[in-house]
Amino acid sequence: MGMKSDIKLIDDNGLRIDGRLPNQLRPIKMKVGVLQRADGSAYIEWGGNRIMAAVYGPREAYPKHVQEPDKAIVRARYSMAAFSVDERKRPGPDRRSIELGKVISEALESVIFVEKYPRTSIDVYIEVLQADAGTRVAGITVAALALADAGIPMRDLIVGCAAGKVDGVVVLDLNKEEDNYGEADVPMAILPRTKEIALLQMDGDMTYEELKAAMDMTFEATQSIHKMQIEALKRKYMEVE
Amino acid sequence: MDEKIGIRKIVVPGEEILENGKPGKGVFVENGKLYSSYLGILETRAGYVNVVPLSGCYIPKKGDKVIGKVIDVAPVNWVVDIRAPYYAPLHVNDVPWHVDFGYTARYLSIGDVILAKVSNVNELGQVWITLKEQGLRKLEGGHLIEISPSKVPRVIGKGGSMIQMLKDYTGCRIYVGQNGIIWVSGPPEGIVTVIKAIRMIENEAHTYGLTDRIKAFLEEERGEGNGNEE
Repeated sequence: MGMKSDIKLIDDNGLRIDGRLPNQLRPIKMKVGVLQRADGSAYIEWGGNRIMAAVYGPREAYPKHVQEPDKAIVRARYSMAAFSVDERKRPGPDRRSIELGKVISEALESVIFVEKYPRTSIDVYIEVLQADAGTRVAGITVAALALADAGIPMRDLIVGCAAGKVDGVVVLDLNKEEDNYGEADVPMAILPRTKEIALLQMDGDMTYEELKAAMDMTFEATQSIHKMQIEALKRKYMEVE
Repeated sequence: MDEKIGIRKIVVPGEEILENGKPGKGVFVENGKLYSSYLGILETRAGYVNVVPLSGCYIPKKGDKVIGKVIDVAPVNWVVDIRAPYYAPLHVNDVPWHVDFGYTARYLSIGDVILAKVSNVNELGQVWITLKEQGLRKLEGGHLIEISPSKVPRVIGKGGSMIQMLKDYTGCRIYVGQNGIIWVSGPPEGIVTVIKAIRMIENEAHTYGLTDRIKAFLEEERGEGNGNEE
């Protein structure tokens, strides 16, 4: 965000640098149940993003002082592989991934029936194998699939999607160039059934009208991503040999 | 299996349930509408709409028979892993032997497998198990198979039909714990067949006509076994 460049991000026909319309998503592919050892797992390819999520639990929370006597705690860990970005990323938690882990945990906690499993923890591991902007929202989307696969009761399948502003135009689902050289990025996580917002952040600046337009765009896009999620979950059980 | 197999209706978390009925298990109500809280199979029984999860951990219920593994030994109790979110303590007062203080390891040691009953569960999720009842014991030898606890009813079958069929065809002794752990003992070929059959039940638990397909599979396996022996 905010890096200066003379790249033209929107061409004269109103198309973006990867040829998309302002309200068009990148291609998304999802797969459920990709890991043997985890209680639940899922994998997503969202444009250039490749993210794997694994869920363990509910299991007794350790260390003991983190247990909540009346509900489960949700611990999401967001981590980027060293090879996920152009320049090698120093492995391990840093300021950014700790923050993302926190906001993702809180977004996921809002849909899980945590009161069903007192004193336990539900651990979600989100591993970004390849990053191309919008990894937190893709991470939330794939974590929802992994949680459903683990048999954890939830109010809804949470969906994440981002919108932003590039060259003065409000666009959906920014890619890496648009994220780096654009003007604003608004990642959101939504409960598609009730249209509640579980996560809303903004990087850069927008007017109130632009923010509203970006949010409306995201709401619309999440409906189609939600359909893909349902399809991915059901596909695992439709294929009986 | 080339022919088309009937599949039960699968619902995802937050999906609205259009069937009429009272809310049962795995279902929640919001503004008078029913929604599924699990990824599972929709089922209506006695006026209740239930969603049976396709995966998930075991939630202990009082009176369940479970198979557990001893993971720790303490002076007056053992700690047993019954694949629930919480470990279950087995106190020396709940075993059929007289155990002196500190001599617990003489009777059960780490890694031993027991068939136990859940004697109590409280709202905090704490579980107590017991061995003091007819038929409950330490399981020696045999093989353990782990399946999803929600698929246990399919392995047992209606009125125990499926499990009885497995026992009859393979000559194995089989115990099924409500927590999804199955203990099998018997001739090696039998065990191999049982494992294959259970994996098949696990993968196809959400389809119709499963008992007949398992029967056909067992017939085939037995046929092969006889051919090789001659």
